[in-house]
Amino acid sequence: MTLDGWLQIGLYLALLLLITRPFGGYMHRVFAGERTLLSPVLRPVERGLYRLAGVDERIEQHWTGYAVAMLVFTLAGFVLLYALQRLQGVLPFNPQGLQAPAPDLAFNTSVSFVTNTNWQSYVPEATLSYLVQMAGLTVHNFVSAATGVALALALIRGFARRGADTVGNFWVDMTRCTLYVLLPVCIVVALVFVWQGVPQNLSAYTDATTLEGAKQLIAQGPVASQEAIKMFGTNGGGFFNANSSHPFENPTALTNLIQMLLIFAIGAALTNVFGRAVGNERQGWAIFAVMALLFLAGVTALYWAEAAGNPAFAAFHVDPTGGNMEGKEVRFGIANSALFATITTDASCGAVNAMHDSLMPLGGLVPMLNIMLGEIVFGGVGSGLYGMLLFVIVAMFVAGLMVGRTPEYLGKKLEAKEVKMAMLAILCLPLSILGFTALAVVIPAGTAALSNAGPHGFSEALYAYTSATGNNGSAFAGLSANVPFWNDTLGLAMFIGRFLVIVPMLAVAGSLARKKIVPVSSGTLPTDGGLFVGLVTGVILITGGLTFLPSLALGPIVEHLSMRAGTLF
Amino acid sequence: MTSHIRPALVMILGMTLITGLAYPLAITGVAQLLFPSQANGSLVVQNGTVIGSTLIGQAFTSPRYFHGRPSATSAADPNDPAKTVPAPYNAANSGGSNLGPTSQALVDRVKAEAAALQAENPGTPIPADLVTTSASGLDPDLSPAAALFQVKRVARARNLPEDRVRALVLQQTQGRLLGLLGEPRVNVLQLNRALDAMPPA
Repeated sequence: MTLDGWLQIGLYLALLLLITRPFGGYMHRVFAGERTLLSPVLRPVERGLYRLAGVDERIEQHWTGYAVAMLVFTLAGFVLLYALQRLQGVLPFNPQGLQAPAPDLAFNTSVSFVTNTNWQSYVPEATLSYLVQMAGLTVHNFVSAATGVALALALIRGFARRGADTVGNFWVDMTRCTLYVLLPVCIVVALVFVWQGVPQNLSAYTDATTLEGAKQLIAQGPVASQEAIKMFGTNGGGFFNANSSHPFENPTALTNLIQMLLIFAIGAALTNVFGRAVGNERQGWAIFAVMALLFLAGVTALYWAEAAGNPAFAAFHVDPTGGNMEGKEVRFGIANSALFATITTDASCGAVNAMHDSLMPLGGLVPMLNIMLGEIVFGGVGSGLYGMLLFVIVAMFVAGLMVGRTPEYLGKKLEAKEVKMAMLAILCLPLSILGFTALAVVIPAGTAALSNAGPHGFSEALYAYTSATGNNGSAFAGLSANVPFWNDTLGLAMFIGRFLVIVPMLAVAGSLARKKIVPVSSGTLPTDGGLFVGLVTGVILITGGLTFLPSLALGPIVEHLSMRAGTLF
Repeated sequence: MTSHIRPALVMILGMTLITGLAYPLAITGVAQLLFPSQANGSLVVQNGTVIGSTLIGQAFTSPRYFHGRPSATSAADPNDPAKTVPAPYNAANSGGSNLGPTSQALVDRVKAEAAALQAENPGTPIPADLVTTSASGLDPDLSPAAALFQVKRVARARNLPEDRVRALVLQQTQGRLLGLLGEPRVNVLQLNRALDAMPPA
């Protein structure tokens, strides 16, 4: 670990702090339907969409109506994306003449992008046409992110409202998020990316003759426009197989910093939107503090593990001060790779600028644990905040049990229904992750795909289902997942991880919105101070730790001990 | 349920038009206008032929050139399309080795690379990036230490004084952005082109 590395990590956190409040203020205005700087341009487009769709923007929905609208919209997107892929051979913008992907792969990719996971069983530059990348994947990068933000808003309204029957209008929330929040930022960022060297063209791949006279075929494409929303929407699906480690996706230290900021920007700003909505920004900052604590713990552990390097190389006169550079790029080095890996798994992004499969054992444990805890550290766009608020409900329940009072949060009594729904949402994660992993490591169709032997092979399977269920999309990418067993089970895991969390969460939102506010009394636990931050952090770590420690012991922890003992596989 | 079908269809088609076609095509147009070189892949043209991209590494094998990092990219086996064969710096199929730290295959590979490098420069510690594969398999850069490690070999192969080659490496070294961001590095293709442009001793 170096001083310069820590300075870069510090700078990152400072910039994040700096944008949280102004960006939160802007988002708050957008979703309250107030005029913004961009309204003269965007308002006519927005109204045109509502008119064509037959949506009355003043009519709000009950939580069930909101949920059904979201599900029908997602289903329509799924069908369209599947069809686009299967028909890409006869559609335009396909200079490489790529054929349609197989049905199980197209299914997996469709589920993956509509659930904001962006797990990729395929090599993009060898599989998908420019049309599918633009009109298929880029679109879902926008709307699955907007859907996540919309869902978080529904829950925020649940806490903010009293005696209300509705939680908002899904169509309005999704449209406003896409047009006013995602699109303007992406336009600016995409152009900055091109300036820094990210390609943006529709040309065929370039045939180059290298200095030594060899042939090199260089993949091209409309990369920058997809790259911007890939990060900002915490989608993470790369235009190329190597994702953000590819020099065309992430050419410089500056693009790397922007990409990392984009991942957390909306998740951080939503804590402020939440604070504003419930009438006390300190409530938002308390949530921010829990997230920042877990973020710093993660990045410290990961940076330490990677900087230490691989002890097995010392015998070959390899300079140990270089750290573990296997699967990393020189321009990012150890610090920026460790920082990126932490951020991308704290959030449900899943973009990578270093190969997670080649992280040190304890370095690889951090991303896995980040996802297992529910990606609530700033988190996916929307899903980070609602995931965190579900943990807050459980933490308040635990606190209530300690002092023998009915738990409450922000003046809302938390009763059996809310706690049950929160637990249901939280428990579906281990069910899918541990259940599918157990299946995959005992049947031949599962084990055949593992590329590493020993405990690292187990980690590959565990990471895959963790990533899919958590809608993250990063991978221990040695896994050969493009076979029906893995495509199908991972597709199911993504589905469970998205919708089995969302529906109970919306039920909580609906039930909270209806409640009256209980006046603050001497028995009320303040939820904007250090005690609250400590309590929530503790509940997250205990829940996650108890659930997943045994599986982590079989993977990264055993591997770490083997490595120290000099055992190879 | 049925009342949601019209909005769902209109919205997904509308968003496809706006974010899936208008947005990327408009960015393509503006990018081609403002930054034509970068937008087309930062290609390097020499004597009328494209010799590569400054952002994409190349597989150098001659002792006369600086070598980039090992690359784990592969290509389809010409004899059996179901299999793959190693194809370093394949810029149409990016990726890393994905070998874990306790992998026997990884340690064997590093051992072999390190032995070859030791023979070239005995007694000098080997920079880590010179024996490890990059994440993309296309890393265009070396750490300054990894470039300096090769000065002796390149100078001998080209019959140049080591000092001149070392000075060229230092001249081609890019520092951190604003002295803070990223890591110091040397672009291997640029370095080798500068080497070719050097007058003989």
